[in-house]
Amino acid sequence: MVLRIATAGSVDDGKSTLIGRLLHDTKTVFEDQLASVEKASLRYGDGSLNLALLTDGLRAEREQGITIDVAYRYFATPRRTFVVADTPGHAQYTRNMVTGASVSDVAIVLVDARNGLTEQTRRHLFVASLLGVKQVMLAVNKMDLVDFSRDRYDEIVAAATAHATALPAPVTLNPLPISALLGDNVVDPSDNMPWFTGRPLLEQLETLELDDDQNIGARLSVQWVIRPYSTEHHDYRGLAGRLTGGTLAIGDRVRVLPGAQQSTIVGIDRGGVPQETAEPGEAVSIQLADDIDVSRGDVLVTVAAPKPPVVADQIVADVSWMVDKPLEVGSRWIIKHLTRTAKAFVSAIETRHDVVTAAQHSTERLELNDLGRVHLNVSVPLVVDLYDDHRPGGAAILVDEATGMTCAALMIRGFDGIDA
Amino acid sequence: MTLIDNRLDGIDNDEGLDELEDEAITIIREVAAETRAPVLLFSGGKDSAVLLHLAAKAFRPGNLPFPVMHVDTGHNFDEVIDYRDRLVKEYNVRLVVASVQASIDAGRVVEETGPRASRNRLQSVTLLDAIAEHQFDAAFGGGRRDEDKARAKERILSFRDRFGQWEPRAQRPEPWNMLNAKIRTGEHLRAFPLSNWTELDIWRYIAREEVPLPSIYYSHRRVVIERNGMLLSVGGPVVAEPGEVPFEETVRYRTVGDASCTGAVRSTAANVHDVIAEVAAARITERGATRADDNFSDSAMEDRKREGYF
Repeated sequence: MVLRIATAGSVDDGKSTLIGRLLHDTKTVFEDQLASVEKASLRYGDGSLNLALLTDGLRAEREQGITIDVAYRYFATPRRTFVVADTPGHAQYTRNMVTGASVSDVAIVLVDARNGLTEQTRRHLFVASLLGVKQVMLAVNKMDLVDFSRDRYDEIVAAATAHATALPAPVTLNPLPISALLGDNVVDPSDNMPWFTGRPLLEQLETLELDDDQNIGARLSVQWVIRPYSTEHHDYRGLAGRLTGGTLAIGDRVRVLPGAQQSTIVGIDRGGVPQETAEPGEAVSIQLADDIDVSRGDVLVTVAAPKPPVVADQIVADVSWMVDKPLEVGSRWIIKHLTRTAKAFVSAIETRHDVVTAAQHSTERLELNDLGRVHLNVSVPLVVDLYDDHRPGGAAILVDEATGMTCAALMIRGFDGIDA
Repeated sequence: MTLIDNRLDGIDNDEGLDELEDEAITIIREVAAETRAPVLLFSGGKDSAVLLHLAAKAFRPGNLPFPVMHVDTGHNFDEVIDYRDRLVKEYNVRLVVASVQASIDAGRVVEETGPRASRNRLQSVTLLDAIAEHQFDAAFGGGRRDEDKARAKERILSFRDRFGQWEPRAQRPEPWNMLNAKIRTGEHLRAFPLSNWTELDIWRYIAREEVPLPSIYYSHRRVVIERNGMLLSVGGPVVAEPGEVPFEETVRYRTVGDASCTGAVRSTAANVHDVIAEVAAARITERGATRADDNFSDSAMEDRKREGYF
């Protein structure tokens, strides 16, 4: 199974070096890539091989020695395949941390052993918690620069553990001392830190067990209606989309939300091939027994769903604000949720989350990189889940109608006007 | 633990391919639904063959609801054009051809001269002109993040301004892989459904789905010259310079691009299974081995992407 990893740390904590080290030590780096890095190391450094240049692909990044944008890397060991989202450390790029965390199973949060827990570390832990990333590898890096001191390491782990109790949702901290530069405890155990009895980072990642998704009942948000109009498939009407939440089988009774209609599944195709059932994650095309009105944006849900979604046009959501233009009470945006696009009006800003102290502050506006909780009125009813119950149905984005820019990531936490 | 062990381990099964296929089909359907006039860029190469195969599957039993566009440099391998025309019939799609020669004739671009001239860079202008002429607002491409360090930073939906330019610092975030296809007149999107595929995934998928490819992807005898460590086919746009002696070699292509700058590799891999074993064992990424244009400078790909290259 693929493990999706988000990495986060402050500037110069050694994130890119760590990923370069993982790629290098798992023999994922090709000869020409290594040659290119050797060449670049001469230009942008002291001449020693700079593994960070493996991931810092943009010219400005190489020149400034920083990571600007999320980079995705792939590597595999005999045990597991990994996708790494390498996200930048500076405050102004926190939106990328949110983006990386949104699709990740585990976060690697790097701490510079010399600096200890910084504001950025606390921010990253907060973001991981808010986005529902429940497993965090706390990698205390640059141990070589603090003489591999066990006391220093214990001090940092204690501070992180204390901070974790204040986070909005519980996360499991898996701490370990490393030197990404020298390779200690990355792929191979460290000879310099015999006092650390845990396993190296890669081995922990290879064996990390994730919670199974709970079965909340199948849902399919309709992306496209397939109507061939051909002689052979004259009456074919396929509701195409990606299944989530549970399995679906021919004969299942389904509701078409947000309306009240029901029908029975009579056909499931995947890539044009008929099958009896569909599993979560599959991109399928569904045929119903009845010729009822279903179009893009509607959601099919099994009548038997243990935890069905809620139809709501007033939602409460945590928001990560991603653009310069602020979010204010009364402002209007485009909201995209599943395959439905609608308009949204900000009716209230409940709080701004203090990501360092995890305190709540009342505010009139949310600025770039702020995290907060807002209340939205939506122009049409949405078929929503709580984010913690089901990520696909509990996530949304806001788009600026004027610029087309994606402005926010939303995690739905509740509904106004109905009892959920 | 060696690279070869790592890579060969996942070869005998199709692990992960279903997930990649589901993701790609979901992206293709979403972009088709959210844009007015999408088009699929088809080069005749293996990535665009896989892309076309996935697009056809996404809408089955219906037809592909958008056309396919080939940016024709005029420097093609003959096999590739035959193959393209065969596929267009097989998948029953509408083909649009954008010609670099036409751009040269119209004075839109100036042909490079000299024995190492290539039309590869000129494609960007032809592509942008064709997008404007046909008013396409989204172009599907076969780009993968594992191809190049600049591509590793590319979003699934890549926004291009009115000049067709890519601005890496102003990319739209894609939390939960949610796609925002909103654009203004004159702007367009590039969509990369294969973003998360590796070269090995592509080959395993080709084997599983029996995706047809041009014959030059498999080993054959060819007269070549060796230039900067690359084998270039002689006859056609590549001319031997003094001191370069053409010789016959058993080769195959790992990528198919403009014939002037796409190199062959020595290989006896005669079928898709041989190729998978070869790719799994390879120590050089495909672009490093076969693309003269990317080796110009460390940021060659980034520079061309900014100009509007696919």
